[in-house]
Amino acid sequence: MSGQSATSANSGSTRPLGAGRLSRWLQRSEAARGFSLLSPTLLIMTIGVAVPFGILIVMSFWTQIGFGFDTNPTVANYENFGERPIYGALLKRSLWMSGSATIATVLLCYPIAYFVAFHIHRNKMIWIVLITLPFWTSYLLRVFAWKVVLGYEGVINSALMTLGLIEAPLEFLLYSQLAVVITLVHTWAAFAILPMYVSLEKIDKSLLEAATDLGDGPVRRFFRITLPLSLPGVISASLLIFIPTTGDYITPALLGGPDGTMIGNLIQKQFGAINNWPMGATLSIILMLSIAAIALIFMFATNFVRKRIS
Amino acid sequence: MSSKSYIRRPNRPLQIYAAIFLIVLYVPVLFLPLFSLNDSIYVKFPLKGFTTQWYVELFNREPVWAALMNSVKVGTTTSIIATGFGVFAAKAITRYRIPGRGLLVGFIMLPLVVPGIIFGVALLVLLSQLGIPLSLYTVTIGHVIVSLPFAIATMIPRFEGFDPSVEEASADLGENAWWTFWRVTFPIVFPGILASLLLTFTVSFDEFIMAFFLSGTDPTLPMYIWSQLRFPREFPPILALASIILLVSFILVFIGQWINRDAQAKTLANEEE
Repeated sequence: MSGQSATSANSGSTRPLGAGRLSRWLQRSEAARGFSLLSPTLLIMTIGVAVPFGILIVMSFWTQIGFGFDTNPTVANYENFGERPIYGALLKRSLWMSGSATIATVLLCYPIAYFVAFHIHRNKMIWIVLITLPFWTSYLLRVFAWKVVLGYEGVINSALMTLGLIEAPLEFLLYSQLAVVITLVHTWAAFAILPMYVSLEKIDKSLLEAATDLGDGPVRRFFRITLPLSLPGVISASLLIFIPTTGDYITPALLGGPDGTMIGNLIQKQFGAINNWPMGATLSIILMLSIAAIALIFMFATNFVRKRIS
Repeated sequence: MSSKSYIRRPNRPLQIYAAIFLIVLYVPVLFLPLFSLNDSIYVKFPLKGFTTQWYVELFNREPVWAALMNSVKVGTTTSIIATGFGVFAAKAITRYRIPGRGLLVGFIMLPLVVPGIIFGVALLVLLSQLGIPLSLYTVTIGHVIVSLPFAIATMIPRFEGFDPSVEEASADLGENAWWTFWRVTFPIVFPGILASLLLTFTVSFDEFIMAFFLSGTDPTLPMYIWSQLRFPREFPPILALASIILLVSFILVFIGQWINRDAQAKTLANEEE
């Protein structure tokens, strides 16, 4: 038996089971077994996420000299951020645009999550799959699709002109903040629905019956029972959209034009055309910190509101 | 039943809203195949006529085939690595009481939330400091990191859905851990593994941001599309390419979700814990 175990352990080199003694120790300690199973994932996440983040922080204190770096630590990049208003303005605009997109997405998607949770009784999975399917397809292509729709000679403009409703193309459609926000809402909708659906789905329906029996109408019932109980889903949906969209650069690059440029475009340029990696690193760190700060404030605020309601 | 009727009563405005929502969700994307079959170099109404010439032109383009092969290579490697790691991670997360589990899971799920540009840039900085040249390998590393959360999230419901005593019985009957995994655990979680392979392949196949920062001279398919988007006269063949990619992604994801539907329905239904 032990011989077989040794050979099979060897043949299965993906399993971190070593010599007999080590494997016996691993069998005994539950935490150690768990960690050994988790270790490949943790290893690649450490190499691919934690270490790069560390280096990014270090690099944000460097200075670009030609094609090399001056590695003497300095806060010049951060000072630079404070002194040149373009950086702060872009950051503020990014937060504003993705904030608007987040609010719009949550408001538009909540009714759908509510609909599937409360009004669909059979084939719920088909609805969930239908709603989330577009999310899995290429982000780039979905943004491209909106370029086709909103373009100067795009679907909307050419259709309206063919119908004779407008004389000249509507110029505000493409290359504007509006175009970016519309596209962000559309591309992230599926992501917003799932957490809201989950928290609506697990609301105990007898609470709604109780509210009705005690004389609450549908509107009062919604605001006193359904909405407060689904707030956790609304909060996670908001964060799940706000955090990634703030750093988006594909949508503004394809649809934003000069007015719709976001901080992500500037970061990308620092690593590309402008070729100032340390400044790009600094901008990335500042972006992360601002997102984290806003997310924390938002979580505290909603927690406070939740306590007040219930 | 009648006591529930006020909740069960169909809500007409909400139904209409849901129908409009689904239409708006799909229509912009459907314009890509529509115009890919339009016999005009301009992407606008009115439609000129039916043609498959853009597909034929695409078929004869050497760089498209090269980019396709690159994407398939990266996608296949990514899906195998991410799913392989994901099986063990999902098992560890569901089966063992690990100290600091919540924190570790949060760490692993970070790529789902953190803006892709930050990951791309951070990895780029690391690779350049180590002196590793950018290539399809570096793209694959980026894709594995992006795909791992999807792989794990797909397989966790599978592990939650089956009774650990089956594994214990196998161990009691004298199977060692490895054979227990192959003969008991693996067949039970197999649909999850298959779904994860399909979904992570699609994620990698469609991924753009990591590829943007981490690819060298060999473009993946999304990188090729990006390079062509600057030229409006290239739009029709790109529309054709986009339509094919969308169709393939839809099919792969649909099969993946379908294979894993019972496990997924279960998690969506009992997210309570």
